[in-house]
Amino acid sequence: MSRDSDDAKVDLTPQNWSDLPVEPVTDVSHETGFQVVNKSVPRRDGVAKVTGRALYTSDITLPRMAHARIVRSPVAHARITSIDVSAALERPGVYAVLTGEDLKALPHTHYGHAVPDHAVLAIDKVIFVGEPVAAVIAASERIAQQAMEDVVVEYDELDAVITVDEALSPEAPVIHGRAFTSGAFRGFEEETVAGQTSNICEEAHVGWGDVEEGFSQATTIVEGEYYYPMAYAYAMEPYVAVGDVSDNSLTVYSSAQHPFMVRHDLAHVFGMSLGQVRVVVPYVGGGYGSKSYTKIEPLAAACSWWAKRPVKIQLGVEESILTTRGDDALVRMRTGVDSDGRIIAREATIYLNSGAYAENSPLVCKKSANRIVGPYAIPHVKVDCYSVYTNTCPASSFRGFGASLVTFGAESQIDELAEKLGEDGLSFRLRNVADEGERFFPKMRGLDANLKGDLRKLAAMLEWDAEPQAGRGKGLAVSASDAGAHPITTAAIKLHGDGSVTVLTGSTELGQGSHTVLAQIAAEEFGIPLESVQVVASDTAIVPFERSTGASRTTTLMGRAVQEACQEAIAQLCEMGSEAFGVPPEEIEQESGGLRHGDRSMAWSELLTSFFGMPDCEIVGRAYLRRAGDLKELPPFWEIGCAGVEIEVDEETGRIELTRLAAVGDVGLAINPAMAEGQDLGAAAMGIGTGLFEELVYDGQQLANANLWDYRVPRFTDIPSDVRLELTQDQNGVGPYGAKGGGEGSLNPMSASIANALYQATGVRVHEAPLTPERVWQALQAKKSSQREAE
Amino acid sequence: MSDTSAQILLRTTVNGLDVAVAIEPQETLAEVLREKLQLIGTKVSCNVQVCGACTVLVDGLPVSSCTYLAYEARDRQVLTIEGLASKDGTLHPLQTAFIEENAFQCGFCTPGMILAAKSLLDQRPDSSEHEIVEYMEGNICRCTGYRSIVAAIQKAQASVADRSS
Repeated sequence: MSRDSDDAKVDLTPQNWSDLPVEPVTDVSHETGFQVVNKSVPRRDGVAKVTGRALYTSDITLPRMAHARIVRSPVAHARITSIDVSAALERPGVYAVLTGEDLKALPHTHYGHAVPDHAVLAIDKVIFVGEPVAAVIAASERIAQQAMEDVVVEYDELDAVITVDEALSPEAPVIHGRAFTSGAFRGFEEETVAGQTSNICEEAHVGWGDVEEGFSQATTIVEGEYYYPMAYAYAMEPYVAVGDVSDNSLTVYSSAQHPFMVRHDLAHVFGMSLGQVRVVVPYVGGGYGSKSYTKIEPLAAACSWWAKRPVKIQLGVEESILTTRGDDALVRMRTGVDSDGRIIAREATIYLNSGAYAENSPLVCKKSANRIVGPYAIPHVKVDCYSVYTNTCPASSFRGFGASLVTFGAESQIDELAEKLGEDGLSFRLRNVADEGERFFPKMRGLDANLKGDLRKLAAMLEWDAEPQAGRGKGLAVSASDAGAHPITTAAIKLHGDGSVTVLTGSTELGQGSHTVLAQIAAEEFGIPLESVQVVASDTAIVPFERSTGASRTTTLMGRAVQEACQEAIAQLCEMGSEAFGVPPEEIEQESGGLRHGDRSMAWSELLTSFFGMPDCEIVGRAYLRRAGDLKELPPFWEIGCAGVEIEVDEETGRIELTRLAAVGDVGLAINPAMAEGQDLGAAAMGIGTGLFEELVYDGQQLANANLWDYRVPRFTDIPSDVRLELTQDQNGVGPYGAKGGGEGSLNPMSASIANALYQATGVRVHEAPLTPERVWQALQAKKSSQREAE
Repeated sequence: MSDTSAQILLRTTVNGLDVAVAIEPQETLAEVLREKLQLIGTKVSCNVQVCGACTVLVDGLPVSSCTYLAYEARDRQVLTIEGLASKDGTLHPLQTAFIEENAFQCGFCTPGMILAAKSLLDQRPDSSEHEIVEYMEGNICRCTGYRSIVAAIQKAQASVADRSS
């Protein structure tokens, strides 16, 4: 099943979408000469999504399908002494109950792309409140829900560690206490150290120069401790999967960002070949990293295996939070500046509370250590970062991971340094940020962005030099992330006998617009109308391998793979044209929609019909990207964050209101400028959330606010009406036409921008995000009482 | 299925069609729409009446169908996203404006968002930007940062005004 066939029914009538006006949102000053790319064409999934016809995993029902509900642990750390499912099985409509004990009949019971530490269901022991212990499989969700109460689980409680301090204390119980081999898709080379003798899941050590020497030369030093909260991505479609196991194959429909990685874990657990496992991803109702890697797919498949029928697992919001949250980060850091006002040394120690399972926290750990350096060429650097197992719900990717976590502290500290030098944050950054091409991070790609130019654009949008009104303040911050986009990407295109094209891609449409952007690229390459291109995506039985859909990779890497696949097909067509025209291929030129020799033209359809001798035949173009050529050097691109705010502070309540938001998206070339700007604002809005109020709070062993009443996400009134966005399009990326990734950048600097604006408005510095009214009010009170003491 | 609860007959009008469907008393409108009538355009997210994704119109007013008992819709007019475009397939001005302004990305909030906006424009066609933002506060979008949605509602507002003038 492919939703694109569904699209075809909905989208292709002319009045539906080709009549819609094409309004360029951003004027690209340089003349590009592009026909289809670099234009804000309407989204290909537009009509399907505004008419309710877009199919999501939640909407899938299969014949004979059962529903499963999950019995979860009420305690943070305990041995399971018994599970009695007999009463549940007696309820009418209950087909089966699956427990960890039953899983032992499978080839493997654990999975994990980084560390295979994650049991499909708890086996013998639970290690966080909310851990799945049993699954009740029934004719309806309601019956399964009622029968859950009849599953009796007895626990023998153990000491639990909830905080990083507790987990690292010498007396702490070791949560896993066993050795692991590294998972297949860690994203880096070193072997895992996870969990055998301590609660350290991963550590990263980055450094160069000699920090002690650097600080001895520094004339100004700022030191501080900063905290960035545990956050919940709140993809509005909660986790959902449908498993369908038969004797010799397994199909899973899932709301997953990385279907090929899910396929790997399923093949491992069930002892099947990659070809036996099929993962299909319809439209995804939001991801933001939280649907990266494997979540509930192995459990849905195991339920199907156990109940011998298709099984759907649909989680709610609370269960989704218990499935994945973001790591928090405690950062202790100092930065020194020399007598010329240049940053000379930075030293940081970072602790991440990564929860009960590794998930993607090892990579979050590595990236946090890199990204805390910021876009500055600092001669002396030392960073130590620790991802720590605790008896809390598992942490994993969340948009901009490793950058959002540490940029709050890093860019707050930059403003603190500037303040100490009596300088403003803009001029301090303009002096210190790396130049375009500068290798500011040893052994990595030089900076592929004009960040100083971006900062000047940002300052203009913020009217930086204009004095803010009383009670208001402005702040800005920057970041550069070594994009986690590991360049393993393959794509295929089919040129059909009538000259239309199908793009086969493993990139998942999460809302970021991959279906539209990839179609634009194929239309540009073949010189055909956008309406002639269809995109089929994310069905591992059909489309070629793509490592993942995340880290802002899709336009850059999949876009380039699609471009190269089109070019490879065109090379084949030139051979066919050589036969048809009776001339050597090198004499043939490409023109819009076909080939030309002299004044003779042949459209793509004519070339195919001439070659095969009958209509409707097709050729396949393909491309394999790997770490070679200009993609050898990592990162494939630096993702730039360059954003700022103006805020108004109510000193009576401590409440911060944004009065202006500005962001620069440095994307090389926007294939679809309106959609690129939409990604920027969406990312910035998430940054406002963690900057102002988003924070998961543990009260003892329990999450205190695992619902949307108590966990507040940004709403209409939180976004200022004054939003200013600008795209930088210097065509300096490795992607198609010089494109590079965007979509995370504007999130990363947002919380520091708000903290910096708060300081300008009130003179108080808050080191803990989010900057809730309570924290701001307390900081204001502390300032007032210290002023009174001084008087 | 095998549930033994007493069934009741719900008679209501959905997207202009009279329907009679056997339901259990505790079933929500979202369950009946999605599972019994296959109107899957209505999405369920928070399940606690906070996010607005499941918004449908009952007698023209928005309700959170995730917590609204289906029985409450008896003898009323229910409008879901599937019923918004004209019978000939012409999109409602809000639907067109949402596409033109890129007022969604993942699209999961969109059906509820558009129906909430329709209710506002039907009641107060000349709403100010401030009124739009206040009225829409009950609908969450996690992708867009909202400004494109405000722009789309304003565009639809202008287009509806043009039509009626």
